[in-house]
Amino acid sequence: METFFFMIVAAVAVLASILVITCKNPINSALSLILTFFCLATLYVTLDAPFMAAIQVLVYAGAIMVLIVFVIMLLNVRTESGRRSSHSVLFGSLIGLFTLFQLFYLFNRSSLTGQKGTIDSALINKVGHTELIGKALYTDFLLPFEVTSILLLVAIIGAVVLTKKKI
Amino acid sequence: MLGAYLPILVLVAIAVIFGLCSLVFSSLIGQKKPSVVKLAPYECGCEPVGSARERFSVKFYIIAMLFILFDIEAVFLYPWSVLFKRLGMFGVMEMGVFIVILFVGYIYVWKKGALEWE
Repeated sequence: METFFFMIVAAVAVLASILVITCKNPINSALSLILTFFCLATLYVTLDAPFMAAIQVLVYAGAIMVLIVFVIMLLNVRTESGRRSSHSVLFGSLIGLFTLFQLFYLFNRSSLTGQKGTIDSALINKVGHTELIGKALYTDFLLPFEVTSILLLVAIIGAVVLTKKKI
Repeated sequence: MLGAYLPILVLVAIAVIFGLCSLVFSSLIGQKKPSVVKLAPYECGCEPVGSARERFSVKFYIIAMLFILFDIEAVFLYPWSVLFKRLGMFGVMEMGVFIVILFVGYIYVWKKGALEWE
C-alpha cells in the first residue's frame, strides 16, 4: 500500500517537474513547480519527517514561489516562442544520459546506506519529529542556530542594499 | 502511522474535485452567450490601459525578499515553541539572542525606509 502510494506521488512529482521545464509560459512552469513541492512534502511525510513536510509547504510552496513569481514579473519573462537550438537538445540529452548511467552504477555497485544513526522511525513516532529537531537545534547545535540569525541579518542588509536606490 | 495524515489527503482530494467540478460543470451546463462587451477584459470596471505584462518595479521584490527572511525566522520559532516548557529559561535566553539579532535587521530595514513605498 505504501509502495503504491509512493509510486503515485513520485510519478506526479516527475510529471510536474517535466512540465516545469517544458511549459512555454513561465507562470505555468511556476504552478507546476508548486505541485512538485507538494509532492516532495508528501514524500517527506512518508519518510517520517512531518515537520520538514510542513516547512516545505510553508517556505517553498509559499514564500519561495512568491519570490519566483516576482522574478517573472520583474524580468517580464514572456511566453517562450520558437524551438530550442538542436545543440542544447543534444548536449542536454548527453548530460542526462551520463547522469542516469552514473546513478545506475551507484545503485548497483556501491552500498548507498551508510552507518545508521540513533534516530529511527520508532523513536520519531514515540518522541515526535518536531521535538527531536528542536532538541538538536536548541541544545546540541546552539551556536550554529545563533549564527543563522547573523546569516539572516546579512541577507536582510543585502536585500536592502541591492534594491534601494539611495541608501 | 500514515493514517494520521488521511484527513489532509481527503482535504486535498476535496479541493481538487471542487476545482475540477466548478470548471467542468460550468462549461457543460452554463449558458454561453458571448458578446463584445462581455468578452472585453476589465479591471475594476475601468477600460484596461495597455498590457498587464509589463516590467514591475523592484519595490515589489524587496517586499518579497524581506517576507522570506522573516518567514525563515518564524520557521525557527515553531520547534522552539513545541519545546518551550522543556527548555525553560535557557530557551527564552537563546531565542531572545536570536530575535534581538534579527530585530537589529528589522530596525535597519525600517530606518533605511525599505518598507516605504516611494
